[in-house]
Amino acid sequence: MAKKKNVIIVDGVAQEQEMVGIFKKRPKYDAEGREIHYKKKKLFKSRVNRSFGGDLFMFLFLLIGGVFMAFPLIFAISNSLKPLYELFLFPPTLIVQNPTGKNYVDLINIMSNSLVPMSKYLFNTVFITAVGTTLRVIFGTMASYPLSKRQFPGKNMIMSVISFSLMFAAPAAGIANYMTMAAFGWIDTYWSVLVPAIGSSMAVYLVKNFVDQFPDAVLEAARIDGTGEFRLFFQIVMPNLKPAWMTLIVFAVQEYWNMGSTIYIYREELKTLNYALGQIAAAGIARQGVSMAISVVMMIVPVITFLITQSNILETMATSGMKD
Amino acid sequence: MKSKNDTMKVNKIKSSKRFENLDVVVFLGPFLVVFTIFTILPVFTSLFISLTNFNMLEFPDFVGIANYQKLFLNDDIFSLALQNTFILALITGPLSYIMCFGFAWLINEVPPKPRAFLTLLFYAPSLSGGFAYVWQLMFSGDSYGYINGALLNLGIISEPIIWLTDETWMFVVCVFIVLWQALGTTFLTFIAGLQTVDRTLYEAGAVDGIKNRWQELYFITLPSMRGQLLFGAVLNVSGSFGIGSVITAVFGFPTNGYALHTIMHHLDDYGGTRFEMGYACAIATILFVISISANKVFQFVLGRIGK
Repeated sequence: MAKKKNVIIVDGVAQEQEMVGIFKKRPKYDAEGREIHYKKKKLFKSRVNRSFGGDLFMFLFLLIGGVFMAFPLIFAISNSLKPLYELFLFPPTLIVQNPTGKNYVDLINIMSNSLVPMSKYLFNTVFITAVGTTLRVIFGTMASYPLSKRQFPGKNMIMSVISFSLMFAAPAAGIANYMTMAAFGWIDTYWSVLVPAIGSSMAVYLVKNFVDQFPDAVLEAARIDGTGEFRLFFQIVMPNLKPAWMTLIVFAVQEYWNMGSTIYIYREELKTLNYALGQIAAAGIARQGVSMAISVVMMIVPVITFLITQSNILETMATSGMKD
Repeated sequence: MKSKNDTMKVNKIKSSKRFENLDVVVFLGPFLVVFTIFTILPVFTSLFISLTNFNMLEFPDFVGIANYQKLFLNDDIFSLALQNTFILALITGPLSYIMCFGFAWLINEVPPKPRAFLTLLFYAPSLSGGFAYVWQLMFSGDSYGYINGALLNLGIISEPIIWLTDETWMFVVCVFIVLWQALGTTFLTFIAGLQTVDRTLYEAGAVDGIKNRWQELYFITLPSMRGQLLFGAVLNVSGSFGIGSVITAVFGFPTNGYALHTIMHHLDDYGGTRFEMGYACAIATILFVISISANKVFQFVLGRIGK
């Protein structure tokens, strides 16, 4: 049926429409080939029970919220582009007048002169982000598959413990974990940062809810064909969980990329980019242009990951509901 | 997991039960071990160690509830921390939750393309890890501080406010910053949840006499996304009792006059610096109890919506 529609549009009508002007919309056709007429679009999507006053109120509210959210971001970007004299203008200006890349150049210069080479910090952060994210995605997804699709004793208990554990305030476990790490001899090594990535209850919770939607019939069919459980998971289930693991990737990248100093790591060579940049910014007012450049640089990676994966995240979070 | 329990439901297709269990063990095992050690065990270790004096070098000696007595009766800074944590959580928790839902709801009414942009804009603050310097600069205490400069220019204040060291203003600035970063995972959950609400329900509701969007919100939208609301509540409640790293980043540690000293700071102080692990674990246990009970209360309240 879909093909038929295409034929109608391509042959004749649609091309004719394109000749008229690129801004003119192509007419759409329903299954029988009749043209569908849309109403003119309003400011907001037209639904039942929507008054103009309400729409206006909403628009204003979003505008105020948007300004509140955007202000510090614009401030940081604009200040990172300001030349030195403009940073110390009084009264201060919000938007940069003569943008320059000097702060970024300075940042690179400071970085190349530091005691532990900055490339080391960068490497550490990239390493932690890459390995931590990979571990979390692989083990989180693997663990959620049997929790969703298999029957075994203790399954429901495990699931309720996992959702219960989401209620802990994260810092509370820090001290006990410090002692555990010390007992394992993991203090001051990356094991202390990377191993906990395998046990992320949040990851399993999110993916489990997503896997729940995967049709059982497909699994049954594959089992009848003699597919083993491992092949079934890695070749059939895993590729279909793309939105779920994309979501895990975003959350994990955000967490590991922004990781500053932790109580588990003392050695300077193992510290992260965020920590090192914090040290540069700690020089205070004299390096404020550079600090702003740092804020912007630190933000780029998480924002890009989010941009790439936005629709996947929404698809996953839609299934994240909790049963009361 | 390798149970020989016969009550388990045997899969129709598979014949070898042992193999079936084996793959569950392989899939679930690594996660379960690490999860137990680093998430579940801490609850019990904290509880146990909190009844001892332990400095990581000598064997812990049992002291009963002495740590708790000291915490509640002799530690003024702890009661201050407790108070600060509660005030901060009670203000930022509900506010951020309402903000998450409110903005998600508003954004959901917007057509898809601007919606994607607005989602990014509102979510971006929580993506930013290194924004402490920006706040320090904006709220700088002299007249070079941007907020001070603007307020002075407008004639609202006559002399600069020392935002980051004045005990009252510190609190306001902290709430401001926390709220700025509040639209995180919960916000995304709500946006996603709103998009899955069955559209036909709204039309059916209009026929059944729902007159405006507020009624629609209360009778249709909220009940249809109860699951997401609960999940968001859990995230927000545990988050707002764990506020701490933002404060350290912007205001330093310890904060001036302990004005923003929270339980988390107290915990880090005793556990991470002084190595009085028994005492630190008592604090951690209290934090566990608080965050779990707060969650339970919140779930109870949410459970009544739309009923």
